Amino acid sequence: MLLESARRGLAPAGGRAVQIYLPIADLPVNVFVVFAMGLAVGFISGMFGIGGGFLMTPLLIFLGVSPAVSVATVSTHIAASSFSGAISYWRRRAVDLSLATMLLLGGFVGTAAGVGLFTYLRALGQLDLTISLLYVALLGSVGTLMVVEAVRAILRSRSGKPVELRRGGTHTWLHGLPLKMRFKQSRIYVSTIPVWTIGLLMGFIGAIMGIGGGFLLVPMLIYFLRVPTNVVIGTSMVLTLVTMATATVLHSVTNHLVDAILALILMVGGVTGAQFGARAGQRMRGERLRLLLGVLVLAVGIRFAVDLVLRPEDLYSIRMMEGQQ
Amino acid sequence: MRRAAITAVALACLMAGLGARAAAEQLVSSLSSQRVLITPSFVGTELVLFGIVERDAASPQRRGGYDIVATVSGPRETIVVRRKGRMLGIWVNAESRTFVEVPAYLAVLSTRPPEQFASVDLLRRLQLGLRRTLLPQLIGSDTADVLREDPFRAAFLRLKQSRDLYVEAPDGVTFRTPVLYRANIPLPAAAPVGTYEVDLKLFADGALIARGRETFEIAKFGFEQFLAASAVNDGLLYGLATAAMALLTGWIASVVFRRD
Repeated sequence: MLLESARRGLAPAGGRAVQIYLPIADLPVNVFVVFAMGLAVGFISGMFGIGGGFLMTPLLIFLGVSPAVSVATVSTHIAASSFSGAISYWRRRAVDLSLATMLLLGGFVGTAAGVGLFTYLRALGQLDLTISLLYVALLGSVGTLMVVEAVRAILRSRSGKPVELRRGGTHTWLHGLPLKMRFKQSRIYVSTIPVWTIGLLMGFIGAIMGIGGGFLLVPMLIYFLRVPTNVVIGTSMVLTLVTMATATVLHSVTNHLVDAILALILMVGGVTGAQFGARAGQRMRGERLRLLLGVLVLAVGIRFAVDLVLRPEDLYSIRMMEGQQ
Repeated sequence: MRRAAITAVALACLMAGLGARAAAEQLVSSLSSQRVLITPSFVGTELVLFGIVERDAASPQRRGGYDIVATVSGPRETIVVRRKGRMLGIWVNAESRTFVEVPAYLAVLSTRPPEQFASVDLLRRLQLGLRRTLLPQLIGSDTADVLREDPFRAAFLRLKQSRDLYVEAPDGVTFRTPVLYRANIPLPAAAPVGTYEVDLKLFADGALIARGRETFEIAKFGFEQFLAASAVNDGLLYGLATAAMALLTGWIASVVFRRD
C-alpha cells in the first residue's frame, strides 16, 4: 500500500506544491512520500539498531530511481543515521575506538575497491544485475541464518532450557592467527587479520550494494571476534559511518551519482523515524526482534530473486552512455 | 566562352529559384517562450508555437489548403539499448546496440498524418515522422541506420515514446484561420537541458513550399542548476559537502532527540 501510493506520488500528476525535482536522479518526486519512506526505514533501523540501507536502496530502485543513483545516495543517508547513532553510543562509552580504527584500515581499502568495481560494472552494463545478484545471495543466506537461529532460540526458551551463550573462553582457529592485538575495551585479544578482513568486506559490499551492513557486521563481530554485546553496535556504527561517508565522497568523485536533495529528505525522515523505532525495539524480546529482522532481510532477498527469475515485462532497456543516468 | 555560358545558365537558374521563392508563401512563427527553466517544482510544461502563412500577390491559389509539420528535436545523446536474455535461469542484459548522437527529445507535430498530404518518398527524404527519422547505430567502428523493422530500433522508439520524450501528434498543429496556425509542444519533466530546434515545413498540393526555424533552450535554474553543475564539475567538493551535510543532520538529530 505504501509502495503503491509512493509510486503514484512519483508520477508528475501529483500535487504541484509537494513535488520537488531531484537534480541528479533527474526525476520529480513527492517530498512527503520520500520523507515517509525515510521515516519508515528509520523506524525499522532504530528498532533493530541497523542502518537500514538494505531496505532503502531496494525501495528507491523500486520507485524508479536508477540503481546506481540509489546505491550512491543511500550511502549518504546511512552516514547520517549511523552518525547520530554513533554519538549516542559514544556518550555511553559503548564504542571500542581501537577496534573501530583497525576495522577501518580494511574498510577504506574495501570501499575504494567497491567504488572501483561499481564504476567498471556500470560501464559494462552489468551493474544492475550485479546489485540484484548480491542482494539475493547475501540477504537470502543471511536472512535464512537469522531466521533459523532466532526460531531455535525461541524454541529453546519455550522448552525452558537455558539460553546457550557462546562467549568468553571459547577459541576458534581465528585466534591462532598471527599479528595479535589487545583491544582493551572489548576485552579481546585477537589477530588483526580477521579484523582487517571484516572491515574490508564491509566497505566493499557497502559501496557496491548501498548498505551499511550493520545487520552483517554485528553478528560477525560477535561470532568471529567475540566482541561483547555492549560495545558491538556502537563500534559497528563508527565503522559504518566512516565507510559510508567515504563512499559518498568517492561516488561523487567517480560517478557523480549522489543526489544531495534526495539524501537530505531521506536522512531527515530516517533520523526521526529511528528515534521512535528505538523505543519500540526496547519493548520487544531479543529473539523476537532477531526473527523479525531475519524475515525482513529474507523477504528483500526473495523479492530480488523473483525479479531475476520471472520474465521481465520489458526485455529492452535504454540508458544514456555518459552523463547522469 | 563555354564557362561564361555555364555561369550565365547557373545564374539564371538561381534567379529563377529566388523568384519562385519570393512568389511563394513564407512561414512566420513565434514561440511562447525562448527559455524553459527547470525549477525545484518543475513537472514538465508546454510551449506554444504560433504563426501565420504569409502570402503575397504572387502566391498561387492552394485549393487543398496548407499543411504544416513541426519537428522539435532536443540535444543529441548517445544511447545504449539493451535486451535481456535468459542465462542459467535468470534474466540478464545480453545483447546491446548503441545509437549515436540521436535526439534526446523528438516531437513530430502535424496538421494531419503526413502520409495524407505528401508522398512517402518525399517524407522519407525529409525524414518526417518518428519512423522515418535517421537513427544511426554503431556497427563495428562505423555507424549506419538499419532496417526500419530492427527490434532494437523499434524498442528504442517505444521506450522513448513511453517516457514522453518522443512524441508523434498528427493533430498537433491546428489552423485557426486558413493562414493562422498554432501548435503545443509538450515538454515532460525528463526533457534534458540543452538547445531545442523547431523545424517547420509548409506543404501544399503535395509539395514542400516553405520552411521555418525556431530555437529554444531548457536550462536548470537556481539551486538545481548549481547542484547539478557542481556534482559534475567539482565532484570532490560536492561529495565532501554532501558528507558534511549528512554528519550535520546526524549530529542535529542526536542533539534534538537526546534522552540521557
